[in-house]
Amino acid sequence: MEKFKGVDYFNIENLLTEEEILVRNSVREFVEDEIIPIIEKHYSNGTFPLELVPKLGELGVFGLTLPEEYGGAGLNNVSYGLVMQELERGDSGVRSFASVQSGLVMYPIFAFGSEQQKKHWLPKLASGEKIGCFGLTEPDYGSNPGGMVTKAVKTNGGYILNGAKMWITNGTIADIAIVWAKLDGVVKGFLVEKDFEGFSAPEMKGKHSLRASITSELIFQDVFVPEENILPGSGGLKSPLMCLNQARYGIAWGVTGSMMACYETSLNYAKSRVQFSKPIAAYQLTQQKLVYMLTEITKSQLLNFQLAKLKDKNEVKHTHISLAKRNNCEKALEIARISREILGANGILDEYPIMRHSANLESVKTYEGTHEMHTLILGEDITGYAAFE
Amino acid sequence: MKIAVCVSHVPDTASKISVGSDGKTIDPNGVTFIVNPYDEFAIEEALKFKESKGEGEVVVISVGPDANKETLRKALAMGADSGVLLKDDNYRDSMSVAKALAVQIKEMDARLVFFGKQSVDYDNSIVGQLTAELLGYNCISVVVDLKIEGDKITAEREIEGGREVVETSFPVVITTQKGLNEPRYASLKGIMAAKKKTIEEKPAAENINLIEVVQMKKPAAKQPGKIIGTDSSAVPELVRLLKEEAKVI
Repeated sequence: MEKFKGVDYFNIENLLTEEEILVRNSVREFVEDEIIPIIEKHYSNGTFPLELVPKLGELGVFGLTLPEEYGGAGLNNVSYGLVMQELERGDSGVRSFASVQSGLVMYPIFAFGSEQQKKHWLPKLASGEKIGCFGLTEPDYGSNPGGMVTKAVKTNGGYILNGAKMWITNGTIADIAIVWAKLDGVVKGFLVEKDFEGFSAPEMKGKHSLRASITSELIFQDVFVPEENILPGSGGLKSPLMCLNQARYGIAWGVTGSMMACYETSLNYAKSRVQFSKPIAAYQLTQQKLVYMLTEITKSQLLNFQLAKLKDKNEVKHTHISLAKRNNCEKALEIARISREILGANGILDEYPIMRHSANLESVKTYEGTHEMHTLILGEDITGYAAFE
Repeated sequence: MKIAVCVSHVPDTASKISVGSDGKTIDPNGVTFIVNPYDEFAIEEALKFKESKGEGEVVVISVGPDANKETLRKALAMGADSGVLLKDDNYRDSMSVAKALAVQIKEMDARLVFFGKQSVDYDNSIVGQLTAELLGYNCISVVVDLKIEGDKITAEREIEGGREVVETSFPVVITTQKGLNEPRYASLKGIMAAKKKTIEEKPAAENINLIEVVQMKKPAAKQPGKIIGTDSSAVPELVRLLKEEAKVI
């Protein structure tokens, strides 16, 4: 098969710096050579390609915006976004792994951690030697994380943690969990290490989506967390929400990669599939579908680019991120479904990436804030009325 | 010790090539240019050699226009220490490219020089050998395995139908073939580090082209195939056509 050249109808490449292009191309090559050839097998077996973790670490995708002294590459948000886009062109599960490691584990340690915590954890997480997960969502508290019941109680030399988290990406394979719990009614972050007594992280089975990603429960039964493992700079629900902003930003870019994979597959298929003695690409109904896809991809690319610029200037609002995440996920899922229509019966086979992307995007559309919650976040921002309270 | 790697900036082989309006050059519009794939083995081998010795300086050199800096930058991102662009916007034949490279290599006194075995643009497969000759260096081409111990260089090279093991000593030019190594990805840290590395620009040594491109044209479009039949009854007709029409038997 011909190598992926990217989808760039509006010459967005012109807006990128030489270094951003190099970053994108390097990750694109990696995805082409290392992820795409193995991902269908992992997806069908329901396994996460753990062998990729040290390679991704070497490539430098974990915590790539962090300073070099902590194992990062000091890159900007455009580069971060492009990396997520390329990874998700491979698979949403692999991109999720990188999002969690970077945005939900390394970021809070960097933003709220002590110098000792940063020095100890960040370089190991950057290299992929250690894996992290992020525990915020609970069985009964998804869209409303403020209602969490996981609790920390002060004790001699540390804290005692009790409660449970659910839908936690990487949980079972994580060496370190960033766990959010209420301490005297205030949300605080704790670093829970995998061998702490009373802590377990069983894998959740039976997923029809994100099958090449591990999803777990985290269970805490009188887990003692030493004083040095509290994130000293965290305080209130705002702290985990700041992390979610990082991850949602990555999702907005990531799903554009899924869109590109579906579009590229559909276009190639439509040009070679002959029905009634001409390629189906020659029929108006197919052209309309392809043009719709390309238009939505181009819009999402421009949205992402300006979002990155705002983020680099520290002018981004969480509502900007909500708008991009909401729009791009919805369009990505729609595009995956339209691709399936173009491919007809072939669309359901694992010979093509369509059904995998489509099933993955069902999750991506609802995790890190459902489509509906992002609608209400934006609704509140423009009207002043919070419809979800 | 300085290690030179000579790289070319070539059209991606997946690109659709069209001839420019002058009928003598490639129209670069819409063509993606990449690091010549065989040169990636050369870069990797130089980096591996440097890493195994724990010392040395890998310098990548390219002859051509400003656009070649893209390829130099990628080599720097992979880990090369510095780059040299020998500038020339005009067409150069293999001899003229080799001359420019030889002048530079001599000036910087690099005694280990890597090339890809050929560039996938013009495919002449001779620049490495010509450069070695101009410098009076030993040369081993189409190398698939390389061992350097002290002053002794042992290389396995691909030959028609097999492999040949040869030995030589410094100074040497090695041209690299697929199979020699697995080129690394440019890591994101490497890309950032490359920003701080320098690419020296200077005019390439005088153009001494021995070859002039008179005309460049695309091969004639392939004629569609003909299906004569699908079983043995078609054989006589096939034989007749091969004899009378195609005139190949």
